[in-house]
Amino acid sequence: MEARSYIGVPVRRVEDRRFVTGQGRYTDDIVLPGMLYAWIVRSPHAHARIRAIHTEKARQHPGVVAVFTGKDMLDDGVGSLPTGWQIGSDMKEPPHYALAVDKVRYVGDGVAVVIAETKAAARDAADLVEVDYEELPAVVDAAEALKEGAPLVHDEAPGNLCYVWELGDREATDRALATAHHITKLEFVNQRLIPNAIEPRSAIGHYDPGRDELTLYTSSQNPHLIRLLLSAFVLKVPEHKVRVISPDVGGGFGSKIFHYPEEVICAWSSRKLGRPVKWTAARSESFMSDAHGRDHITTAEMGFDRDGRIVGLRVRTIANLGAYLSTFAPGVPTWLYGTLLAGQYKTPHIHVEVKGVFTNTTPVDAYRGAGRPEATYVVERLVDLAAHEMGIDPAELRRRNFIQPDEFPYQTPVVLQYDSGNYEGALNKVLEMADYEKLRAEQKRAREEGRLIGIGLSCYIEACGLAPSKVAGAIGVRAGLYESAAIRVMPTGKVQVFTGTHSHGQGHETTFAQIVAHELGIPLEDVEVVHGDTAEIPFGMGTYGSRSLATGGSAIYRALEKIKAKARKIAAHKLEVAEEDLEFRNGQFIVKGTDRAIGFGDIALTAYVPHDYPDDLEPGLEENAFYDPANFTFPFGAHLSVVEVDPDTGKVKLLRYLAVDDVGRIINPMIVEGQIHGGVAQGVGQALLEGAVYDRSSGQLLTGSFLDYALPRADDLPSFEVGHQETPCPHNPLGAKGAGEAGTIAATACVVNAVIDALYHLGVRDLPMPLTPERVWRAMRGLPTDGAAS
Amino acid sequence: MKVRVRKVNPVKALFKTGGGVMRHTIQVTVNGQTHQVEVESRMLLVELIRDVLGLTGTHVGCDTSQCGACTVHVNGEAVKSCTMFAVQADGCEITTIEGLAQDGQLHPLQEGFWQEHGLQCGFCTPGIIMAAADLLKRNPNPSEDEIRHALEGNYCRCTGYHNIVRAIQYAAARMRGEAVVPRGEAAPTGAS
Ligand code: FES
Ligand code: FES
Repeated sequence: MEARSYIGVPVRRVEDRRFVTGQGRYTDDIVLPGMLYAWIVRSPHAHARIRAIHTEKARQHPGVVAVFTGKDMLDDGVGSLPTGWQIGSDMKEPPHYALAVDKVRYVGDGVAVVIAETKAAARDAADLVEVDYEELPAVVDAAEALKEGAPLVHDEAPGNLCYVWELGDREATDRALATAHHITKLEFVNQRLIPNAIEPRSAIGHYDPGRDELTLYTSSQNPHLIRLLLSAFVLKVPEHKVRVISPDVGGGFGSKIFHYPEEVICAWSSRKLGRPVKWTAARSESFMSDAHGRDHITTAEMGFDRDGRIVGLRVRTIANLGAYLSTFAPGVPTWLYGTLLAGQYKTPHIHVEVKGVFTNTTPVDAYRGAGRPEATYVVERLVDLAAHEMGIDPAELRRRNFIQPDEFPYQTPVVLQYDSGNYEGALNKVLEMADYEKLRAEQKRAREEGRLIGIGLSCYIEACGLAPSKVAGAIGVRAGLYESAAIRVMPTGKVQVFTGTHSHGQGHETTFAQIVAHELGIPLEDVEVVHGDTAEIPFGMGTYGSRSLATGGSAIYRALEKIKAKARKIAAHKLEVAEEDLEFRNGQFIVKGTDRAIGFGDIALTAYVPHDYPDDLEPGLEENAFYDPANFTFPFGAHLSVVEVDPDTGKVKLLRYLAVDDVGRIINPMIVEGQIHGGVAQGVGQALLEGAVYDRSSGQLLTGSFLDYALPRADDLPSFEVGHQETPCPHNPLGAKGAGEAGTIAATACVVNAVIDALYHLGVRDLPMPLTPERVWRAMRGLPTDGAAS
Repeated sequence: MKVRVRKVNPVKALFKTGGGVMRHTIQVTVNGQTHQVEVESRMLLVELIRDVLGLTGTHVGCDTSQCGACTVHVNGEAVKSCTMFAVQADGCEITTIEGLAQDGQLHPLQEGFWQEHGLQCGFCTPGIIMAAADLLKRNPNPSEDEIRHALEGNYCRCTGYHNIVRAIQYAAARMRGEAVVPRGEAAPTGAS
């Protein structure tokens, strides 16, 4: 019988039974005997000196077990939370303590923790902690923070400057722009976003004094990284005595990559108290304390020759890093941004300069796409606007500049070497799906009737599959970025797969099982994927940067090769033939040209009951692999959106959204489509709805709840029209590139381009995001949009 | 929201104690099982469900009654269980996600979410399924617009809602007794 193929098949997700029946197990669902509850006292000020903290009243509150401050932790030798990415030798790295010691630097900065028998008691007592603050002037805007005399966030960082970074050839770019036929220039803000995974972050520290072992349950995307940072840098306890478990995690989008203060607080205080300590964020705390995303102020100029060919791109960005350096913060607005500024185009000269700046705001780090949506926004807004300015159809202008399929591998002027692609193919496909000609005709007709229809394009590229470790080292990442896998075949032929990646919605338990079932020719039901527990899985780097399938899947593939190689030896022995005489098909080793065969199950049993077994072979059937990618992967695609703007109210309605993505070889198309849908929704959110707003004088976060920060709801979005193109990645065994961020990277520019397309004839060439009705309404009337906050 | 409130006026009770620790004994039937429990006046229904009864399928995603992750049925109607005090549920019949499957058979919505990939991280899913069950009771054949409108009180950050809409349509068809053909496993899934 033919074993079924599991590649390219929309297998229903293995993990869903537990989720649809309410049996998921998220960190906050876990209750341990003797558990205590932590509530963090947070700063109400954006910037203040801590004169004193009075904890006596709180301590006396019924049910309270302990109150700790930053000084208690410092005195106990707890270290600063380190950053994992160094940008240049001069980067300023002021300490970031889990609880503030001398000063608070943003609204929400932790100053003390109250630990009590119940959550309610902890929360009540937190109100009794009296902190004597000396308020200081605050700065929340990165450009303001660079000005003479701006309030200083850290003494260690004069002028609030963390680093200045540049990439590309400055002189060549300046020369190219000086002689350009046309220059399109934009000055804009890529606004700050708050990721808002629907599961609030949660952590449980559980110290077992008898074994001297510390277990940390945490809603994290990468448990091993948290264990390493916690043991080596922060708590300084032996790594093998720390276990980190990330159980079911309710979405991450980057915000759960980082090592957070609350993880340290729960772990440390559990050691102090000898009891488990749980903390779960209230949503208002998530708004203040989850790392934010984006927040760039950018000036960008793109030059064109007479024929519409790009001759150069100059980009100047001020990136707001927030009050402290979060785990990967320095690398996001630099290497993950500047290297993508070529987009899909043959731009001969690019120069980018980025200033990373401290402000009195929540730390900023990777949020879905991380640098790449910002880069795509720069490139795709400029190209689209240039098309309008030069009177060329935006699809046509892109065509004139695409890197052609026969030009790969393609070396960009900003470090990356793209491995493969067919950019025009993707654009043509999305135009065809949308019936572009007809759409343009309808747009024209609608305009004659006074209706404002806009059509937007976005052709994006991303660098995923993070990352070749050598490259990571060269660009300052203080970690390798390989991935790990272990395959354990059991005596009955059932298989457990241990992956160093982490699934928090991506469906790894299914996709990875598909790879294993396919390769071994066994039923999917016989495969179980294990992730998220450092006591079970090999050392892995976790999930972010759309890396899981390309790196983690490839590691699984490599481990499977080893399993198959060993199984072949066992089969050859059992069938008394040479290894070369065997072929592996449908879960069986078959002697070529005969019907003699041995099944995978029999081989597994033989490996564990080696009564009849090769002399030179170890028993057992279990293999590990670490996979370090040869290059980044480069997913790409073309998206198209259609909007209608209400001329009376300025409200933008998204009528259609079409996406053609090339994410390499697809294992499970259903899951890939789901990733695209969700990514697009978040990108649309940035364009139309979302934006974090701080009060400029007080530094208060004005968008501190779902009442003030608008996430996309079901009726803000249409159904999506998704198509695929499949160009396998040439340098990993699966041919996979990654799909998690594509939608977000493309969608923001796509929707803004559509709105500008609807309004350009009214003199509107740019609008600040989010494109709220008020801003659009004002722009249509030639009124200033600045200050018309969302 | 029609909820019978018996014995205790929770608002008065709260004021009487100044938001303190006045306790009440209430009786609730959750997923067919009756419990007598003593609760603080300020305890939310969702806290009763999760922390006292240990039914952790009902989630908490916010503190401003916006996300809908906590949606359950109280006397047959969808209610955000973070908007109600436990004492207000005294005498009520409550159904949570754990009580939706009958005799080991998944509810058509549970099946629909599974078949149509209506969930990713699963955190919003119980609340959305409970809200959708309420919708389908009122409107067995909702249009896409009606479904999207009915989901206004629920956030999902993962799916972009596309497949949630499909999942609810799938369940609606099943509940109307129509034959539903799930997307074939090997079928091309391209433009949808
Ligand atoms: S937890 Fe109830 S609406 Fe968010
Ligand atoms: S599936 Fe993750 S929030 Fe909806």
